Amino acid sequence: MTYRLSHLGALESEAIHIIREVVAEFERPALLFSGGKDSAVLLHVAAKACWPQKIPFPVIHVDTGHNFPEVIAYRDSQVAERGIRLVVGSVQEDIDRGAIVEQPVPGATRNRLQTYTLLRVLEEGGYDAVFGGGRRDEEKARAKERIFSLRDEFGQWDPRAQRPELWNLYNTRHRPGEHFRVFPLSNWTELDIWQYIESEEIPLPAIYFAHRREVFRRSGMLLATGPFTVPREGLAEEAPFMATVRYRTVGDMTCTAAVESSAASPREIIGETAATRVSERGASRADDRVSEASMEDRKREGYF
Amino acid sequence: MELLRFATAGSVDDGKSTLIGRLLYDSKQVFEDQLEAVERTSVARGDEYVNLALLTDGLRAEREQGITIDVAYRYFATPKRKFIIADTPGHTQHTRNMVTGCSTADLVVLLVDARVGPTEQTRRHATVASLLGIRHLVLCINKMDLVDWDKRRFEEIETEFDEFATRLEVHDLTCIPMSALQGDNVVDRSAEMKWYDGPSLLRHLEEVHISSDRNLIDFRFPVQRVVRPISSSELHDFRGYAGQVASGVVAVGDEVVVLPSGFRSTVEAIETPAGPTAEAFASQSVLIRLTDELDISRGDMLVRPSNKPTVGQDLSAMVCWMSESPLRPGARLSVKHTTRWSKVVVGELNYRLDVNTLHRDSAATELSLNDLGRVSLRSQLPLFYDAYRLNRATGSFVLVDEASNATVGAGLFLHPGAVPGGGH
Repeated sequence: MTYRLSHLGALESEAIHIIREVVAEFERPALLFSGGKDSAVLLHVAAKACWPQKIPFPVIHVDTGHNFPEVIAYRDSQVAERGIRLVVGSVQEDIDRGAIVEQPVPGATRNRLQTYTLLRVLEEGGYDAVFGGGRRDEEKARAKERIFSLRDEFGQWDPRAQRPELWNLYNTRHRPGEHFRVFPLSNWTELDIWQYIESEEIPLPAIYFAHRREVFRRSGMLLATGPFTVPREGLAEEAPFMATVRYRTVGDMTCTAAVESSAASPREIIGETAATRVSERGASRADDRVSEASMEDRKREGYF
Repeated sequence: MELLRFATAGSVDDGKSTLIGRLLYDSKQVFEDQLEAVERTSVARGDEYVNLALLTDGLRAEREQGITIDVAYRYFATPKRKFIIADTPGHTQHTRNMVTGCSTADLVVLLVDARVGPTEQTRRHATVASLLGIRHLVLCINKMDLVDWDKRRFEEIETEFDEFATRLEVHDLTCIPMSALQGDNVVDRSAEMKWYDGPSLLRHLEEVHISSDRNLIDFRFPVQRVVRPISSSELHDFRGYAGQVASGVVAVGDEVVVLPSGFRSTVEAIETPAGPTAEAFASQSVLIRLTDELDISRGDMLVRPSNKPTVGQDLSAMVCWMSESPLRPGARLSVKHTTRWSKVVVGELNYRLDVNTLHRDSAATELSLNDLGRVSLRSQLPLFYDAYRLNRATGSFVLVDEASNATVGAGLFLHPGAVPGGGH
C-alpha cells in the first residue's frame, strides 16, 4: 500500500473531521440546504461522517418563494430518503406579516431578504453551529473566511476580528447567542465538487443538466422566462427564445442565470468546467455584480 | 491526484501577490470576469499594467490600504497536482498569520527582492517555517529583470541565505531566480536566464516529493466521537470510535491500548468513507471498532502498546502569542490538543526567541503579540503528546482565553525532558 489519499479523498476526510467536531462539540447544529450541488455534497459527506447513525441534526431551507420547482422536489426527496428533519424558513411569510419589505419592482430579487429569514430561523431554533456549503474559491471575501466562522448575537461577520485557525484544531468556544457558520467544503473547488459528484454518484436536481428551456437575455445573462422573470415588453434584446441550457448554481429564480450547454452528465460538466473561462458566480449570479465588494457586504450582514 | 498545500510569505513589496496572481493566471485558474474586474480596478487606480496583485487582495480594507491583512486561501490545479495556497501577509506585525499559514502547509515559498536580498523579515519567515516543521523551503529571488538577470547577484543571495538556513531545520532548500511580473521561471522556464538549469516554480511544486513527510510510524488515533446508534434496533450493539488517524497506520487485528485508561483491546473492524478496510493510515477519517466493550470517550487516544506518546500534565512548549494582551506566568487558559480540551496554567517563561537573530532572551518577563517563546504549562488533564518535530498532529495545540473565547496562542511541544535553554 502507498498510504496515499487522492485529493478528493483528502478533502473528504477533512470535511468529515470537521463535521464530527461539530457534532461532538455543539449542542444544536443544523445544516443549510439549498438543494444546490454544494449542499448536496455537504449532505452526502455529513451522512458519511455520522454513519451508521442517521444525520442527527435538521436541515434548514430558506425558501424565497422563487425557487425552481425541480429544486424543491429534490429537497423533499433527499429529506425523505435520509430520514432527517426539515426546517423551512419562508421569506414569503415574513413579507406577508410585514417583517420585511419587498422592493416594489416586479420580479425583484429576494436574495438579500433571505438574510432576515435565515437569522430568524436560526434564532428561533437556538442553533449554535450551522453548516454551509460555501467554498473559498467562489469569491474573494470567502477566501479569507475561517472554516469555523463566528457570528455575533446579531448574526454578523467581522472579517477583521476573525480567530486564527491553525492545524485542524478548531476553537468552538462561543457565548450564548453567538453561533458559528461552519464550512466543511472550504477547500474544495467547483471542479472538485463535480468530480466528487461523479465518483460518488450523488443525485442532483435536474436543472443542473442540459435541458431545453425558454430563456431571454438580460445584462448579458440568460434568464428563464417564468412567473418571476418576465422579459420587458417591447425590448428587442429581451425577446425570449428556446435554448439548450443548464444551471451552474441554483438560487432564486430571479437572479440565477442559465448557461448554454449540452452537458448532460457530471462527466460532461467536468469537461466544460475544466475548459470554462468565466467563474461560477460571474456567469450566473446577478447578485454578485452590484459592486466588487458585494459579497463582503452581504456576508457582514449575515448572509450564507 | 495528490494535494500539495503551501504557504507564501514575503514583504509587501516583494511581489508576492503578483506571483500568486501569475500562478493562477498562467495556470488558467483566473476567469475572464475576474480578470475584467481587476482590469477595471487597475484602470481606476491608474496602474500602468493589469495589476495581478488585485486578484488576491480580497477584502475591501486591503484594497483601500494596498496591503494584505489576513491569511487567504487560493486554489489551482495542474494535471499533476492540486494546490492550496495559504497566502500570508508580509507585514511585520503579522507573524501570527505566518504561523497560521504554515500550520497546514507542506512547503513554504519565500520571496526576496533581487535588488535587496534577504531581509530581517525573510529570516523571520524562514525561522517560523522551520519551527512549524516545514520540510521544504523555496526561496524565490524575484525581480531579476531589475538586476539585468544577473547570475552573480542570484548566487550572492543564494549563498547568503543558505548560510542562514544551515542554522535552521530546513531539509530541502530550493532557490529560483524569477520575475513574477514578466512570468520568468514562474510557470515556464525563463528565456532570459539560460544560466539557470533548475525547474520553474510551478514545475518544482508539481514534482517536490512530499509523501515521505508524513509520520506513518507512530499510530495515534484521537477519539472524536463515540458512535452508538441505540435508537435503531438492528444496530443497538454497535459501538464505534470515530476520528481521523493523526499519524501511523492501523490494521484489523492490531492490539491497541486506550489512553488514559490503559485498557487493551484489538481492532475488530475499520470503516472508511469508502467502506470497510483492512488498514487505515494517517489523515484518513475512519470509524474503528474494537473487540471489547470499553469505557472510551472523546479526547481519549488509541495507540499501540509498544509505541506510546508522552502522557503528562507538566508540559514544555514553544508558544506563538497571538493576542494584544501579553502572556505572563500565572495566566490561566484553555488548551485544545487533538480532540481534548483542558485547562492550563502558565508556569515559567523560559525565554523569548528573537526570530531575527535566533537569540534566546531569558530575561523576558512576558510574550507580546507575535512573540515566540518557550514556556512551561501545567495541565488539569493529562495530555497525550509527541514532540512537534516528530509528529505535527499530536505535537500541536491552541490556547484559548476563557473570558473572551479568543484563540490567543499556538503551541508546539518540544522533546519531553528537554533542558530549558537547550536545543529544541
